[in-house]
Amino acid sequence: MDERPVLELRGITKRFPGIVANDSVDFDLRKGEVHALLGENGAGKSTLMNVVYGLYRPDEGEIRINGKPAELGSPRAAIENGVGMVHQHFMLIPVMTVAENIVLATEPTHKGVLLDYATAERRVRDISTRFGLAVDPRAIVQDITVGQQQRVEILKALYRGADILVLDEPTAVLTPQEAQELFTIIRSLTEQGKSIIFISHKLNEVTEVADRITVLRRGKKIETLPAAGATEEGLARLMVGREVLLRVDKTAAQPARVLLSVKGLTVEDDRGIEQVRDVSFEVKGGEIVGIAGVDGNGQTELIDAIAGLRRSQAGKIVIGDEDVTDDSCKECLDAGLGHIPEDRQRRGLVLDFSLAENLALHDYDHPPASRHGWLYPKRLIEKARTLLQEFDVRGGGPQTRAGGLSGGNQQKVVLAREIDRNPKVLIAAQPTRGLDVGAIEFVHRRLVGERDEGRGILLVSLELDEILSLSDRILVIFEGRIVGEFPPGASEEELGVAMTGGGRKAA
Amino acid sequence: MSGTEGTTPPEGGGKVENPRTGGDYAPSVARRLALAQRAGGLLVPLVTTIVAFLIGGLVVLATTGKNPLTTYQAIFEGAGLNWFIEIGSHELRIPFTDAHIPFPWNVNDLESLAAYNLQQTLISFVPLVLTGLAVAFAFRCGMFNIGGQGQYLAGAIMGVWVGSELPGLPGLVHILLAVVAGVVAGALVAGIAGILKATVGTHEVISTIMLNWIMVWTGVFLFGLGGPLQNDTQPFVPVSNDVLDESKLGILWGDPGLQALHVGFYVALAGLVVYWLTLNRTTLGYEVRAVGFNPEAAHYGGISVARNYFLAMAISGAFAGLAGAIDIVGWQYRINTNDVMISSQIAFVGIAVALLGRNKAIGVGLAALLFAALTTGTSTRNLDPEIFRPELAANLTLLIQGLVVLFVGADVLVLYLLNVRKRGRQRAATRPQE
Repeated sequence: MDERPVLELRGITKRFPGIVANDSVDFDLRKGEVHALLGENGAGKSTLMNVVYGLYRPDEGEIRINGKPAELGSPRAAIENGVGMVHQHFMLIPVMTVAENIVLATEPTHKGVLLDYATAERRVRDISTRFGLAVDPRAIVQDITVGQQQRVEILKALYRGADILVLDEPTAVLTPQEAQELFTIIRSLTEQGKSIIFISHKLNEVTEVADRITVLRRGKKIETLPAAGATEEGLARLMVGREVLLRVDKTAAQPARVLLSVKGLTVEDDRGIEQVRDVSFEVKGGEIVGIAGVDGNGQTELIDAIAGLRRSQAGKIVIGDEDVTDDSCKECLDAGLGHIPEDRQRRGLVLDFSLAENLALHDYDHPPASRHGWLYPKRLIEKARTLLQEFDVRGGGPQTRAGGLSGGNQQKVVLAREIDRNPKVLIAAQPTRGLDVGAIEFVHRRLVGERDEGRGILLVSLELDEILSLSDRILVIFEGRIVGEFPPGASEEELGVAMTGGGRKAA
Repeated sequence: MSGTEGTTPPEGGGKVENPRTGGDYAPSVARRLALAQRAGGLLVPLVTTIVAFLIGGLVVLATTGKNPLTTYQAIFEGAGLNWFIEIGSHELRIPFTDAHIPFPWNVNDLESLAAYNLQQTLISFVPLVLTGLAVAFAFRCGMFNIGGQGQYLAGAIMGVWVGSELPGLPGLVHILLAVVAGVVAGALVAGIAGILKATVGTHEVISTIMLNWIMVWTGVFLFGLGGPLQNDTQPFVPVSNDVLDESKLGILWGDPGLQALHVGFYVALAGLVVYWLTLNRTTLGYEVRAVGFNPEAAHYGGISVARNYFLAMAISGAFAGLAGAIDIVGWQYRINTNDVMISSQIAFVGIAVALLGRNKAIGVGLAALLFAALTTGTSTRNLDPEIFRPELAANLTLLIQGLVVLFVGADVLVLYLLNVRKRGRQRAATRPQE
């Protein structure tokens, strides 16, 4: 590995009204290395990378590329300086072909007017073989997998001559296998002299793929350390600034009677395509049942059907002793269901409501919150005050707008509301998505605590780590079917195979 | 996941307790505007109004070459607002007190004319408040009710029909009957649009516009020559019967022989209170606001979105129907086919009132007062042709209205687009393409 830095950031400071997003951050990237940038949400990772990509101008500090001071005033300038960025949410045009997407903005043309397809395809083929990223230039982007779309994004950056690649949370949308493939690609890129900044909050990935790791906390650089020898516990402590429990402490489950039973459930999505096919399972009181699967394999429709948000085509759902098949959402809730929805901003919260109003979403219509249609705002506020304290919600009081809170605190509000209803069954869909380590720890501990209270918990998550560390039983869903049941000690590989359709009925 | 929702900057104003929640991104201009709108409350509508008046002034200057300030003074006096000014001094009278505050120009001895003009301003204030509330209520449930005209007409038709029939009823009962009939009619007309939206998803903008035309032509048919509700005495005049004397509203202020301010003024004020109470102190209002802010979260919370679309639309129509009925029993007493086509368009001004008033009770009250004063102040008979050509004067009202709607509408549009983009990004985050 070459020791010469291709990118140096010296004393980068970026202030926004009220906060210092980056506080005199130093960072350097050597040729041919993978340098991971690690930090919680809001630690300043994205701000720093937006400075590198020319989206923000730093208030103080200097950027040097290949030893020369560089003025990166715009993404265009960054591209000209050999910086490429792959955003977490892909910037591709779904209806165009792979080749068209890659050459976009620098299209080869016939006489400057017509797009020269043949040349475009040839160039894409060239660069894809050179870097070992197999793609079909003629495929339409919306028809290829997420992993392939990511390759297209990387190729796009390489096509524009990037020597420095910034990958923003690249594994967030991938299966474990796809993530492994990505790591292979990353290694082959660095062998060819490319340098990579890898942004992540997943500790195991960072230690696996990176050569060096820089930890940011609250806008400040905490430490840069070699990945070899770094432990996950140590990194978590650097990120959060205190001791963090990575593994969830829990005793063996004590399953009691069945609280949720799903039999032969079949559900179609809005387009009339079967997304859940003949699914049957049970959740007992005092256990956490985890549903693992790649996104889009019927999880959303399954949860919606149980929660009364979507009709089913066949099958039966029983909560407690009550048959709630195709009952309204309200009836399901009344039967003893608590539901932490996967998209808290779209479903879980009314962002323009105050926290007190949000916490009342299920019980605004009966005493003590209201009587004969009259609402008592003071009682909502009193109740909110207790709940906010119990669930350690920070950043606002009962009358703060929900939209003004951080993701972690918003999720605590949802958790508080659902648990306060004293449900028999709690559905937790992606309960820690987008949360930082501290908030994840809180949510996990609380879920285990509710299990120990005797509730049945159905955990649906795309994060295998989460499924593995919380679940007492693991079900794998693939193309709308439950394809396997695993004990909590199952390996990631076993699950990964089942999640992609291999090894049906493994258990 | 530094790029996702976890880092969305706080929108709660400058009171960020936890610097970490500040997130990674700087607030965009539009976001800051949204913040100012929520935090300031009064700031945006005030700036909007001032800018509209400034541009209106430039137009006056360009078209007439006269000093815009003189024109605005004439409008001010035309609206009767000089009634508040102590005659011969540079002071403003505060009603119901002995207090005075300084004012830039003094007035001539026109007290009686000023009082009359002010009465006219307050008379048009009443339907503007009520139609403004109608639009605002639907807005709070996430709907755009453009059908104020049709609902206002439904109220007016029922008001004039019930008010002119049934002789011998006691006055108060008769008035109540006429007004309630108008309210119910307005609610029914709007309720049609509500049901259509709730059941088959017809967009309320389309259905309410179509209902407007249905009501206009129903009115023309009813009161036109040979129509079933045409008056009994003048067969060649397309006008309704007059409402009976006992079903006319009491007079608050002014000469009953001319158009005087009627009790409906209090009804409008009560409407503002009812609006606020309904939204903020009832479970119905809670549901309506939840659906308006985020129908998906409301649905997930167990609230019936369809039911609330219908109810909010019906209540919206009830406000507009009340406006129509009150205008009839308050001062118009009759309605002719011309009124059906033209005067009912006052309901469209209600949209501007609601927009400028930010769908808040107090805002709607103030905006209604502004538009009432503008309409009255620029109406031709109140302006001196020496100062300002009368045709231009009336257009100036429309111009300022248009500018206000434009400015208010523009920032709402920016916010709307921002929201669409945000939602799109969230959806992409939930399920990346297969």
